[in-house]
Amino acid sequence: MNYEAVIGLEIHCELKTKTKIFCGCATGFGAEQNTHVCPVCLGLPGVLPTINKRVVEFAIKAGLATNCEINKYSKFDRKNYYYPDLPKNWQTSQYDLPICINGWVDIDVEGQKKRIRLTRIHMEEDAGKLVHSGTTIKDSISSDVDYNRTGVPLLEIVSEPDMRSAAEARAYMEKIKAIMEYIDVSNCRMEEGNLRADINVSLRPEGSEELGTRTEMKNINSFKSLEDAINYEIERQTEVLEDGGHVVQETRTFDPARGITLSMRSKENAHDYRYMPEPDLPPIITSDETIEKYRAELPELPDARRARLEKDYGLSDYDAGIITSTRAMAEYFDAVVKTGADAKLAANWIMGDLANALNEDSVDIAKSPVEAQRLGAMILLIMKNTISGKIAKKVFKEMWTNPDAPEKIVKDKGLVQITDTGAIEKAVDAAIAASPKAVEEYKGGKKKALGALVGQVMKATKGKANPQMVNQMLVAKLGN
Amino acid sequence: MKVTKKDLENVAVLSRLSIPEAEQKKYIEQMDAILTYMDNLSAVDTENVNPTTYALPMANVFREDIVKSSLARDAALSNAPVKENGYFKVPKVLED
Amino acid sequence: MRYFAQPGHVLHDMLVKKEISATELTKDVLARIEEVEGTIGAYLTLTKETALKEAAAVDEKIARGERTTFLEGLPGAIKDNICTCGVRTTCASKILEHFVPPYDATVMKKIKAVSPVLLGKTNLDEFAMGGSTENSAYHVTRNPWNTDCVPGGSSGGSAAAVAAGMAIWALGSDTGGSIRQPASFCGVVGLKPTYGRVSRYGLVAYASSLDQIGPLARDVTDAANLLNIISGHDEMDATSSAAKVPDFTAALREDVKGMKIGLPKEYFTEGMDPEVEKAVREAIETYRSLGAEIIEISLPHTSYAISTYYLIAPAEAATNLQRYDGVSYGERVDGSDLVEMMTNTRTEKFGEEVKRRIMIGNYALSAGYYDAYYLKALKVRTLIQQDYTAAFENVDVIMCPTAPTPAYPIGSMISDPLQMYLQDICTVPLNLAGLPGISIPCGTSSKGMPIGLQIIGKALDEETILRAAYTYEQSQDYHKELAPLGGTN
Repeated sequence: MNYEAVIGLEIHCELKTKTKIFCGCATGFGAEQNTHVCPVCLGLPGVLPTINKRVVEFAIKAGLATNCEINKYSKFDRKNYYYPDLPKNWQTSQYDLPICINGWVDIDVEGQKKRIRLTRIHMEEDAGKLVHSGTTIKDSISSDVDYNRTGVPLLEIVSEPDMRSAAEARAYMEKIKAIMEYIDVSNCRMEEGNLRADINVSLRPEGSEELGTRTEMKNINSFKSLEDAINYEIERQTEVLEDGGHVVQETRTFDPARGITLSMRSKENAHDYRYMPEPDLPPIITSDETIEKYRAELPELPDARRARLEKDYGLSDYDAGIITSTRAMAEYFDAVVKTGADAKLAANWIMGDLANALNEDSVDIAKSPVEAQRLGAMILLIMKNTISGKIAKKVFKEMWTNPDAPEKIVKDKGLVQITDTGAIEKAVDAAIAASPKAVEEYKGGKKKALGALVGQVMKATKGKANPQMVNQMLVAKLGN
Repeated sequence: MKVTKKDLENVAVLSRLSIPEAEQKKYIEQMDAILTYMDNLSAVDTENVNPTTYALPMANVFREDIVKSSLARDAALSNAPVKENGYFKVPKVLED
Repeated sequence: MRYFAQPGHVLHDMLVKKEISATELTKDVLARIEEVEGTIGAYLTLTKETALKEAAAVDEKIARGERTTFLEGLPGAIKDNICTCGVRTTCASKILEHFVPPYDATVMKKIKAVSPVLLGKTNLDEFAMGGSTENSAYHVTRNPWNTDCVPGGSSGGSAAAVAAGMAIWALGSDTGGSIRQPASFCGVVGLKPTYGRVSRYGLVAYASSLDQIGPLARDVTDAANLLNIISGHDEMDATSSAAKVPDFTAALREDVKGMKIGLPKEYFTEGMDPEVEKAVREAIETYRSLGAEIIEISLPHTSYAISTYYLIAPAEAATNLQRYDGVSYGERVDGSDLVEMMTNTRTEKFGEEVKRRIMIGNYALSAGYYDAYYLKALKVRTLIQQDYTAAFENVDVIMCPTAPTPAYPIGSMISDPLQMYLQDICTVPLNLAGLPGISIPCGTSSKGMPIGLQIIGKALDEETILRAAYTYEQSQDYHKELAPLGGTN
């Protein structure tokens, strides 16, 4: 039997506010343990929470950017469970009246557009961090607790189970990441846990409408792990079903090193979170006026930007999709084009040599050693025929480690294109003289033979001759 | 009896309490009497009544996103039953 | 001359006129504590040394000729569920036996800003759960009028301290009557302000949507003065009221002419001690003779208030008390793993009533029972609030007994929790509705035990109940009597 995977994601997105969601402690990553704590986030007896206004603003903006409705009346609830990283033994979250509901985003997988529905977005507090004495939680005889992260604001973005493959799940998460970056509510640094996903996966016979039993993988914090975990889980569940077994509803951990998911073998009964309205926090009532104010503050979002790049610059849908997939890349592109560089050339360079170089050195585009201005200047040199595209690759490589302006690099390295007709003619004549066979073949109608002659000229000029001029001159001299 | 032994065991787990066998009967009887009394609420028609969570109506009480000083770590850890290297220490999290 | 029996405003005038010093006053009260604390047991922690230093500092200030305000140099006590920075705060629970808050409750900041003398922390029912202070994990507190009887609760230590002259004033907290009922039992004045009038930041939460801090005092004037100091919006408490705080002492006028007093018929029925009813009805007659208009009213959902309260309060308490788990503060009882450690800690360190309420709360919140119990209670709460809204369209204040009986003998109710809960019928509805209420002495029983009159006001209208209370007080001498410390103990 063929099975269809049904996948839903709960993405936790850490917000980039200055302070925690319910107290004035600084957020911020990497501080010494238990130094970003106060009576409130330590949950000491007698303390009360207060709502950080920015968190509500960011949540509403995230909702608007993902086509959600904003709940006019929203409130916080206590989600009760015992865990040492949770000082009050409840997480202040939202239950039945989350701030945003019923949204959607569009994704692209291999040229196919698909709409993924969002069930809800709600605000909640992050938990602290446990440092286990052993290598894993299972072989630890004790654990150390650091409450710095306790109370860092989170959005939980819950999708409908609308995804059918790991690739779709990845595209969805990339889209959410892009949107959160665009609206500037999160740093989205997955390696720091700013963005992490709980994945629900179930299988059902193709064509069936019923949902199968699902398993959950928590705290997935890289795109690779996301895809690996889903693919592994699809494979595992398929085997279970094909062997006539039943999938057990459970939480499984994903081991990224081995690429497999493992049962937590938890003895704990199904959680009874005993949700209760948080009496210490008055409700949030959002007026249309506030919603429109926040809407007006939203920047251009990925889909709109993509459409604009296609329309204004004639970029292909695919290229525009890649360029706008992160806010940083889109901004880099805009800055390159602003120098007067041709947009298509800019797109090609960004997606080609730049992307490769960034990838190789694991550098973020925002910190690229070749800044947008310099890449633009280099593209302008190509456009002015100062250098050829081929030479430009050399120039770009040099620019990666050399902070000089591209003009200076071209000059210093003697890479200026030869456009002097006399010099080119000399090399052309030499090539014709040296290759009677190619000349013969060309004249005999084998037009491809011209390539060999061009190659020779370029070699003789160390690649600096203007290839168009060489071409034209050869054709003129050899006749048609 | 409204409250069964199983109910008591269930709420004890939810409450992270352990009720010794010898005390169970007393707790069951007391909770049963209390909850039975509370059934008088079922006589109240609440069909179109909204629940009230707050003593008085209020909304939109926010704090500006401005950093305040945190506690000194020594003060934060001053009441810790067990601490080590600036951490609170707990016994192993997973059961055997 | 002994000063401890005087009200605060009288002592304040004496300080200003330099008829006494704060040190003399403090020493007098400390001597009184020395004499009777062994019998009464009002305190959990005494801070004698710092008290004398605080008194000396006030005396220096007076000697320099600086103006003093009310409460400066006046010795008082704080219920031990209000966090005091650097001073142990136990909530009368073993689980916080060694807990020393690293911060001050907002009321403590406000109180300390006017330099009173702080004598110590008073006894209560563990985590404020109870009406007799018998649920303290440390010791019982005895009623100064008859030491065989309870002082009421949960602010029993604060009420007994004021009644016995072991504090000139005290702070308590009131979740379902915990200021008013012990005030009534001990023959002192107890005021529960409107929910949100006083910041709850630093008050160890029992039931967050019901808790409120308030004063216990010798007379209405002291209560009004204390309320002036502790009221006001607090950015640390999102539920604190942003309303402007009036000068409550301006309401202390002898004037109830034309005041409309509502008498809810539901409060004068079953279980009411005839002596209590008689005293309260006499007080009402006094009001009538002073020119007030008495109107019979109905609060039809009163009979559901106990059920509603005893579902909502334990549900909130169950979550509020989840934090006591032995992890980052409080006591820890070891176990082989985390769950066992948490369970051992809570099982060994919580008292019986606390455990019972936590379990009832978790029962009401748990899957399958939520709608029938917790949600139902929230809905009936709406109806109880609406009862008051409707009643206050026709009256200015509502009057009734504070408690259905005077103080009862220690040990007489403790084994029957439901019977104990039913005693709260007169006080819990206000907390459910968030309204202010004051209890003032209005007579004594044939056994010589005080009886309290409760005056209920509209939200944020403490002024009218203070005016009504003050007017009655001026016509009587009950508040001038000092508890005789009789009894067999």
